[in-house]
Amino acid sequence: MNENGPVGSSCSCQASSGESSCSCGISQIRTTDSTITFANRLDHFLARMGWKRENHRVDPGLYQLGNPTAESPVFASANYTLSFDALRSSLNGFDGWILVLDTKGINVWCAAGKGTFGTDELVKRIQVTGLADVVTHRKIIVPQLGAPGISWPEVLRQSKFMVEYGPVRARDLPEYLKTHKATPAMRKVEFPLWDRLVLTPVEFTHIMWPMVIAAAVLWFLAGPFAALAAVAAVVAGTVLFPALLPIIPTRDFSTKGLILGVVVALPFAWLFSTTPGLPAWAQLTGAAATLLIIPAVVAYLALNFTGCTTFTSRTGVKKEIFRYIKVMAAMAVLGSLAGIALGVSRLLRAI
Amino acid sequence: MSESEEVHQNLEEKKNPSGFFDSYTETSLAYDASRCINCKRCTQVCPHAVFAEGREHVELARPASCMECGACALNCPVQAISVQSGVGCAWAMIGAALRGKDMDTECSCGGDDGSCCSTTSKKSPDQGCGCGGAEEKTECSCGKKALD
Repeated sequence: MNENGPVGSSCSCQASSGESSCSCGISQIRTTDSTITFANRLDHFLARMGWKRENHRVDPGLYQLGNPTAESPVFASANYTLSFDALRSSLNGFDGWILVLDTKGINVWCAAGKGTFGTDELVKRIQVTGLADVVTHRKIIVPQLGAPGISWPEVLRQSKFMVEYGPVRARDLPEYLKTHKATPAMRKVEFPLWDRLVLTPVEFTHIMWPMVIAAAVLWFLAGPFAALAAVAAVVAGTVLFPALLPIIPTRDFSTKGLILGVVVALPFAWLFSTTPGLPAWAQLTGAAATLLIIPAVVAYLALNFTGCTTFTSRTGVKKEIFRYIKVMAAMAVLGSLAGIALGVSRLLRAI
Repeated sequence: MSESEEVHQNLEEKKNPSGFFDSYTETSLAYDASRCINCKRCTQVCPHAVFAEGREHVELARPASCMECGACALNCPVQAISVQSGVGCAWAMIGAALRGKDMDTECSCGGDDGSCCSTTSKKSPDQGCGCGGAEEKTECSCGKKALD
């Protein structure tokens, strides 16, 4: 990523040889700019698709953006390409320093939650890069969402750098830098439609192969519509649910999922209950199995979406698990038993 | 943390009687206003405006909006805030329960207990979420994954 070798380096240490071996004041300073190239966009797209999720990384260390001086501001970022690129592209026309922390290729917020974007790494990276010799001030602008991993009093004590929490979104930085005060809107995390939709490919691909197998088995046992029902349940749980999240009734994700699941299951239930040439009990059993299994699957996928949202608390999610998992499991088991009974009787008659 | 009257008062506010099909009315957030020195750091780090600026100390304005990320407690210089921070991720918690591990300690990343996942983990630090070895998802299944 835009490595132009040691710029302003006062020593001969190699960045690749590990930070600890470098004994001199300033280690390597890399150069970057605000341009997002086609290769960057392709990388962003692949990251969103879940392609080699670990490998969208930037080298940790200190970067110069534009022509910074010793008084220019310092911005902290994660070594995830989406994070780093959002920062550098938002700072178009600004001169500054970017301190990239080693977050193992994870974005700022998630890494902060795990502590990799944290006090220890920030302090270490300040020391390793010799930041104190690069800038004369002692202030570092950290993205607000890095705060779950950063203790500013500790950073100050250990590194003498004062943490200033910038806005949530890098794109608000130009406005923020005018006053160094964030508006309430800059401080708030939302979860708009687009933010929810960009998560859906990864959610879908996680469950895609189990879905394909289930659909194949169902096709063999119960025909193409049963296979389609399996696909519909997964698409509803991983794509439709995130898209419709705020407008589905109730607050709990499980109940939202159950409601969506029933809506998705109804056409299939109607289809199975009117299948010609089947005895009434088989028609009803087929419909019942559909109405039990699809909502259970959608509700489970919906509950798992809690980990992707920007607002669910651990206490609440735990409460949801205790409240609804048993219901979902019971529905799935009952529905499966009904389906198996149906399949067995069908096979027996076929023989 | 000493539980002042204010803490109890705030806990009362959190209880929402209309919490039918709503598991998110209470959280583990506790705030002791008597300790607050009004530095307002919590209002800067909270992503859901849970704290609001007040006259002599910050106010716990929207406690039910707390997502227990732990940023406020970690950045409070006088320990006026406590919260059992963790990522509200059903996937990780169910996975922990199924593997017979503690739902609370599994991947309870962040907060006061710090970096449970990366630095203390014996697993390869290059794993996205080395948290408890949950490798069903390669990145931290704890979400917030695609945000910057």
